[in-house]
This record gives sequence, C-alpha cells and structure tokens, in this order.
Amino acid sequence: MILDVLSWIFLLLGGAFVIIGAIGMLRLPDVFSRSHAAGMVDTFGAGMIVLGLMLQTGGINLILFKLVLILFFIFFTSPAANYALVRAALADGAKPILKEGVDLQSSEKEEGAKPL
Amino acid sequence: MNLRRSVTLWIILYIFWYILSGYHTPLLLTFGAIACTISVWIAHRMDVLDQEGNPIHLTLKIIPYWFWLGGEIIKANFELAKMLLSPKLEISPVMFKMKTELTNELDRVIYANSLTLTPITITVEQEGDELEVHALTVKAAQDILGRDMERRVKNINDGWEG
Amino acid sequence: MFIAATIAILIAMALGLVRALLGPTIYDRILSGNMFGTLTIILIAVHGFLEGRPEFLDIALVYALINFVATIAVLKYFRIKSPDKNETLQGEEP
Repeated sequence: MILDVLSWIFLLLGGAFVIIGAIGMLRLPDVFSRSHAAGMVDTFGAGMIVLGLMLQTGGINLILFKLVLILFFIFFTSPAANYALVRAALADGAKPILKEGVDLQSSEKEEGAKPL
Repeated sequence: MNLRRSVTLWIILYIFWYILSGYHTPLLLTFGAIACTISVWIAHRMDVLDQEGNPIHLTLKIIPYWFWLGGEIIKANFELAKMLLSPKLEISPVMFKMKTELTNELDRVIYANSLTLTPITITVEQEGDELEVHALTVKAAQDILGRDMERRVKNINDGWEG
Repeated sequence: MFIAATIAILIAMALGLVRALLGPTIYDRILSGNMFGTLTIILIAVHGFLEGRPEFLDIALVYALINFVATIAVLKYFRIKSPDKNETLQGEEP
C-alpha cells in the first residue's frame, strides 16, 4: 500500500518533469541551453518514471532487472549523445547566446569571495 | 592484464545473456557461450579492451558517488524547473574553459559525463586537461569552479595508478 | 495511474515535435529527436505495465540502445555532408 502510493508519487513527479522539460525545449533560446532541458527529461523525468515502475514489480524478479538495465542505458548514453551533439553544433559554427560582462576567472582565483 | 580483462568481459556478457534469455537447454547455453566469445574477440580486435572499455579496477567506491550524484541531479532539476516555470526566464548562460587536475583519462570521462548529467551544466569540449563548460546560471558555473565534484571523482580512484 | 504518466509523456512528445518543426538549426531538430526517442523508451515501458504485459520491456531495452546509435549516426552524417568541414575536423584530431 505504501509502495503503491510512493510509486504513484514517483510516476506523477516524473510525468510533471517530462512536461516541464518539454516546455523548456520550447522556451529556451539556443541549442546549448535547450540541451539542458533535454538532459532534464533524460535524467530526472525518465529516472522518476522508471523508479515508479520498479516499485510496481512486486519483489525482485526479471522485470526489475530489465528496468534497472533501461535506466542504466539511458544514464550512460544520454551524456555521450548530448556531448556529440553540442560538439558538432560548435564545430558547425553555432554561437551560444551568453550573458555579457561576467568575469568568472577573477572569482576563481579569489575562491568566489567577490560578489557579482 | 589484457587476458584478465577479456575473461571478466566474457563472464559479464554471459551473465547478461543468461539472465535476458531465460533458456536452460544445453544447446542454447552453448550458443550463448559462442556468441559471447565472438563478442570478446571483436572487442579485442577493435582494441577497446583497455582501462576505459572495461574498467574492472573501479572499486565499489563508485556506488556512494552515484548516490551523491543522484542527489545533485535532483537538486539541479528542481532548480531548473523553477527557472523554466517562472514567467520571466531568468537565465544567464555562461561558457568558460577550465583546467582539470584529474590526470587519468577515465576520471576525466567520469567527470565530464557527471557534469553533463547534472542539468544546469554541460560539457561542450574536452581536449587533454582542458574542459569547456556551458552553464545556465552564473552560480552553477561558480559551483564548478569550486571543484567539489572534481575532488569526489578523484576520490573514487584514489590509490590506483596506471 | 499509468494512464496519467502515459498522457504526460504524450504531451511532452507533442511539445518536442513542435520544437522539431520550429527548430531553426538542424541541431535543434536532432536534439528534439533524441528527446523523442527517450520519451518513446519510457512510453513503451509504461504501456507494458498499463496492459499488464511486461514483455514490452524487451522492446524498450532494445530501443534504448538503438536511440543512442541513431543519434550518433545522424550527427556523423551531417558532419561529413560538407567536404571542407570534414577536413578541418580531422585536422583537429591528434
């Protein structure tokens, strides 16, 4: 019973985050920031939904193992695909939209003591 | 060294095959063994059986790291969700280069992939010991330069040389 | 309850398709396609539970592997589209 409620919460949370990630895909300005939103769908949305399904399997069995494998594959392949995509976009001459006038290097030396 | 990696890869593949297939007849078990042998042979020919392709030296220390990484991912996700749902899109994307102190190739891969898995930051380019990172907020960029995650990655492989 | 997750995934897939249609550059479309693939994996898994037939998980498992290979293959294709770019990219590699 508790497991059921917990799995419902996970499924709903995952569904909400999947939609939020898709909204982010629409709202963010360029391909670099959009890939953050896609990463959100890949990690948290997928992770929460699969976790919710795991709680419904009823014990340790083959289905649970397969779900764990799906989660593993998503988590290992998502950063690699993302990296290849962003690198290809950069090599093709896509310019990221950046905020002007941010000096990160100086704050690195002073260990972030300087307020921005 | 290479033999040990081949054998461990074969065992892992066979366990994987056995669990997924669900057959127990001797003929099919033999076929599975043959398939695994061919796979290991191809991996050997492709020359991917190095410390990156089959990282058997990674100890169980990586499991606490995964849990910590999961916590970080959840935190970053809620932060990003809050940003995306607010009516004014308050992002301040920055991109910067940094030098990592990680000397090991596998450590660098783990570090770059962890950065990409955490939604507010992604690795754009990695060449030698230089990383180029795109972050969605200035605060996230400063967190990276605080080097907390880098230290944890270093801890996984502490004491292992080669 | 699986129905709610299915509907959420379908809405997200529709939004992803909008981005794929709008996307100014080719990379936006590929990114959208990659996200669509991930959502398909979860959709197949959830659908298996919805129908009470967990055999669907095998398909989801295979799809998880194919999705990655497909993204890399498409990127590779667009990289070698122009011969000039291929040269500069190979020059970068050690």
